[in-house]
Amino acid sequence: MAILAFVEHRDGKIKKSSFETVRAARTVADALKAECCALVIGSGISSLAKELGPYGASRVLVVDDPALAAHANLAFAKAIATVAVQQKAQAVFLPASQMGKDLAPRVALKLQAGLASDCVGINVENGDLVATRPVYAGKALVDVRVTTPVKVFTLRPNVFTATQGSGDASIETVSVTFDPADFVTAVTDVKVATGRPDVTEADIIVSGGRGMKGPEHFALLEALADVLGAAVGASRAVVDAGWRPHDEQVGQTGKTVSPTLYVACGISGAVQHIAGMSSSKYIVAINKDKDAPIFQIADYGIVGDVFDIVPELTVQLKQALGK
Amino acid sequence: MKVAVCINHVPDTETKIKVGSDNKSIDRTGVNFMMSPYDEIAVEEALRMRDKFKGEVVVLSLGGEKHKETLRKALAMGVDKAVLLKDEAERDSFAVATGLAAELRALAPDVILFGKQSIDFDDAQVGTCVAEMLGIPSVGVVVKIDIQDKTVVCQREIEGGHETVQTVLPAVFLAQKGLNEPRYPSLKGIMAAKSKPIEEKPAAPAESRVITVAMRKPPAKATGKIIGTDKTAVPELLRLLHDEAKVI
Repeated sequence: MAILAFVEHRDGKIKKSSFETVRAARTVADALKAECCALVIGSGISSLAKELGPYGASRVLVVDDPALAAHANLAFAKAIATVAVQQKAQAVFLPASQMGKDLAPRVALKLQAGLASDCVGINVENGDLVATRPVYAGKALVDVRVTTPVKVFTLRPNVFTATQGSGDASIETVSVTFDPADFVTAVTDVKVATGRPDVTEADIIVSGGRGMKGPEHFALLEALADVLGAAVGASRAVVDAGWRPHDEQVGQTGKTVSPTLYVACGISGAVQHIAGMSSSKYIVAINKDKDAPIFQIADYGIVGDVFDIVPELTVQLKQALGK
Repeated sequence: MKVAVCINHVPDTETKIKVGSDNKSIDRTGVNFMMSPYDEIAVEEALRMRDKFKGEVVVLSLGGEKHKETLRKALAMGVDKAVLLKDEAERDSFAVATGLAAELRALAPDVILFGKQSIDFDDAQVGTCVAEMLGIPSVGVVVKIDIQDKTVVCQREIEGGHETVQTVLPAVFLAQKGLNEPRYPSLKGIMAAKSKPIEEKPAAPAESRVITVAMRKPPAKATGKIIGTDKTAVPELLRLLHDEAKVI
């Protein structure tokens, strides 16, 4: 019996959310007295395998094939399902990243398995797995059971801890046979902005709302974000107004985020926004309206002018962090 | 070109969710429902495809009688045909996908559009499940779809950037914000939609594979402290973030 954890990598680096996934798989595997196997798929990626032992994998399975140089969702789903069957996996864990969310439904169907998406907790109760997941963008939580013999879960990034230990994994190469039909959908180009992290992956998010008064003032938030190594987020109002790109939107019709620190600047805290960020570990709110709902969920609030406070915060942080 | 769009009827984003007395689902009392926002983007994209390539747009929704409101809105936006796959039960994404796939198999559209996720259960599964069930390609979270004969080139959102993905028709696409700006139904459209029929058939979904055993509100965050009213509060904020929260 095994728990299989799918490992995502980009530009020769394993994504943090995948280390989290492997560690979570190990925790569940220990409770079920099963083996934790990590699966790395791609071309020329064998060297990544050795990084997974310390995160809890006891075996790392590698599908290394030149045909997989460009991401192809049908081929990847096939490879994951094939390995899951070979390893008699009772559960497959994937990160709930864009790649994981794209693959998991196909993997689940190939394994005749149920899929619980975007889980924030997976517990073992009497030998069965109970997953906790947010619904309505986090306005409620549900506990779910997957009723099929094999179960598939995707795990929300930034929620599970990627604890590093001293484990060592055995590394095995696995070959999977592909057909031309597995490559009818393929990625032909990837453009990733360098610099600031994505809101779904960031440890810290500096986010702005209508209180920023105009797109030109987001430079203040970008400066603060850059001192903190943070992502820049935005409320729906400012995205709808065209001040900021869609991919920065936090809330029910944007991204649901769980960073360690969320700094809300000039954001009043509409229901749909709060739903998307209230699971942040620490929330700082800066807003001049003392009755703004954001203060009800903020750990630390400053009732004042963002244009006065944010630049000062940036300056003092720069000094404190020696930047 | 035949385009099918699968849409869902969900609580309004401004709704405060209350857990129902069964502790497994929401209390629907006083809750406004609407078309899931990403599904509106999918409908808009279908209408633009029809403008460009001619053909027809069919919308499908699997659910109860109330889903007719959302189908009616799609008709008002300008789709040609609406089908309700009637089913009052709560189902998981897998079961909903089986019901939709059965109908779509018969319909055999060239393009199937979904919103990238339905904003109730946020599963982001149904569209990709349907593609797998029909044995056709899928591209998730698309912000651009460029159809050239049978080949399609899409832009898809990933963390911190975009992928260009090439595929072939027939295929499923999951619409993300940014793909287009959905139109508001015109008054003429709304009037016309009232007299357009909604075809109704019983859905035939499989058994759910994921069951909800409990629903609850997330733990309430304790109200924090207001530490000041101007920039003189900054040193205290930094101290708290460093000493108490230990995040910097």
